[in-house]
Amino acid sequence: MSFERIKEKLDILADAAKYDISCSSSGSKRSNKNKGLGNSDGVGICHSYTEDGRCVSLLKILLTNHCIFDCAYCVTRKSNDIKRAAFKVEEVVSLTMNFYRRNYIEGLFLSSGIFNSPDHTMERLVQVAKKLRLEENFNGYIHLKSIPGASDELMREAGLYADRLSVNIEIPTISGLKLLAPDKKHEDFIKPMEAVKNSIQLYQSEKKLIRSTPKYAPAGQSTQMIVGATGESDRDVMYSAAYYYKKFQMKRVYYSGYIPIAQDSRLPALGSPVPLLRENRLYQTDWLLRFYGFDIRELLNEENQNLDLEIDPKLSWALRNLDLFPIDINRADKNLITRIPGIGLKSVYKIIEARRYNKLNWDHLKKIGIAVNRAKYFITCDSKDFEKRDLTAVKIKGLILQNSTSKFRKDYSNQLSLFEAKW
Amino acid sequence: MVRTHIHLSYDGSFEGFLTCIFIIFEEKLTVAAISYSEELQPDMFSKIEMVATDVEKANRVKAGLEKRGSEAVLKKIHHAFLSEQTGIEMKLLSFIKLIFTSKTPVDKDFSNPVVLEIAQVAKMVHREKHRMEAFIRFKLTKDDIFFAVIEPDFNVLPLILDHFEKRYADQNWIIYDLKRKIGLYYNLQQTNYISVEITKNSDLNAQNSDVYKTEELEFEQLWQQYFKSTNIKSRVNMRLHVQHVPKRYWKYLTEKSSWQN
Repeated sequence: MSFERIKEKLDILADAAKYDISCSSSGSKRSNKNKGLGNSDGVGICHSYTEDGRCVSLLKILLTNHCIFDCAYCVTRKSNDIKRAAFKVEEVVSLTMNFYRRNYIEGLFLSSGIFNSPDHTMERLVQVAKKLRLEENFNGYIHLKSIPGASDELMREAGLYADRLSVNIEIPTISGLKLLAPDKKHEDFIKPMEAVKNSIQLYQSEKKLIRSTPKYAPAGQSTQMIVGATGESDRDVMYSAAYYYKKFQMKRVYYSGYIPIAQDSRLPALGSPVPLLRENRLYQTDWLLRFYGFDIRELLNEENQNLDLEIDPKLSWALRNLDLFPIDINRADKNLITRIPGIGLKSVYKIIEARRYNKLNWDHLKKIGIAVNRAKYFITCDSKDFEKRDLTAVKIKGLILQNSTSKFRKDYSNQLSLFEAKW
Repeated sequence: MVRTHIHLSYDGSFEGFLTCIFIIFEEKLTVAAISYSEELQPDMFSKIEMVATDVEKANRVKAGLEKRGSEAVLKKIHHAFLSEQTGIEMKLLSFIKLIFTSKTPVDKDFSNPVVLEIAQVAKMVHREKHRMEAFIRFKLTKDDIFFAVIEPDFNVLPLILDHFEKRYADQNWIIYDLKRKIGLYYNLQQTNYISVEITKNSDLNAQNSDVYKTEELEFEQLWQQYFKSTNIKSRVNMRLHVQHVPKRYWKYLTEKSSWQN
């Protein structure tokens, strides 16, 4: 293959794929058999990080950026005047193998614009994965995009070779989708999710009876939503996310702050800043749901439709529920300690282990690594020194902000005024 | 005669260190220091004793640690040991004494400063092990060996062996630690420790066509192109970038090394 041409294709098709933020390579065990190439032990590896700070774990490319659809939020929409390119199946296989052998990547994340028909596109994606697994004996990670509208049969085959399948919901509300992607129907996104979920369940239950049942998408499925393109609230976004987690047993939902890529009256103007802080708060909320035992209704509800940008969502929640505090570090239940602002899961573990031996004081807690600046208003420990004033939520928030430096500080006023001006 | 202020010196290996531990317990020694023979700094009050590595004794200590502690405890000690920090041997000695003398498991008593420090040092070493699994970049040599050079802060070669052996089972590879002048060589059958003559001035760039295949440079360029194209300019956050990819690792990262920019 001509090196210059491949390089050009790689430029175009990596550039077009980069708005898909997932780059996870974890959650799938695939051991090396018969001295083949690659081994996944379930722990993901970020081989590098881009200058925007995102993990580079997979070779993330589109098979082609030719597309029959015209979604307003997407760079590859057919009305956009950009360079188009397409990889051949063998070219993707060769790039993946050669990058993997040099330890650049954990595997491949292959997506595509939709050319001819959804089935035609999906079939090509499956061909790449199949070739890697069967002909190259490749045991690295493969993430395939489920093409909305592809047949159940192709989706079933895709899962036999891929570790993860994903279909991006992109716009969190149905009304937003109608506005920005008139060619696409909500059901087209749901159908492949449903098919994958059912297959995962089917293969798992068969595996219990017949051990030789092949693996089906062992790292599960994920989806992505663009935030800040249609004026949706954080509640809209997170309630959708909670729905997808529950209904389709999603492994991950990703939130992608809208990056203005087109002059379109339906969308934020070109040059508007990417809502990075909002995105960060949404991820924190997502973590609280998945690992900290929170219910989404505790964090976002009728009275609180948007997250507080100034402070993290756990602290916000605690300030609304001051009656539950202070919590005694040396006695409280693990679930309660998990809910204290400034204490992450690793510190929770250390606290629970360490308090079996000793009553913990401030010194212990500092060394263990909790964020005392935030936690101190919510806990008591083995010390006479604790917050005795009867402070209001507003006062505590003020004190915490006063005594901390946030890298986002400069963004608060900016972002807030921008949101208000627009919606 | 009570023997005190003894300074034990060993060969720098983990087994050598465990042999010291064995002797300390067996002979009920009070030691002032344990150190790698090359970094020995004699002081006039202590007597230096050279300890010859005895694998059998080392294995007995290992078995004891697994029994009184757990497999995880032994792993933690090994990790912390590989940090090569000055004085880590004495800290490990107090930790090991704790493990052997306490009636209940103590390795998770994070309120004990010794336990917490060993856990933190072990964690640092583990972090670098993981970074090496991520940041190693192979280049294909003319004799079909995928070759990589590293200069890690800690001695992580023994920890990454298994990962690379499993992953790259169908290709010859060498990972060479320039700092410690020792490498791993996998020859499709097994992995051995090797020592080769490489100086810091050796030309290890992919352009060096005496060493590497011609296509090597092309793949490096493709990777650099990918790295550039996958970045989103409107989201650039160099602080975060450097936090994830510390500058001291850039030298051997194909996408970051300076010669191509």
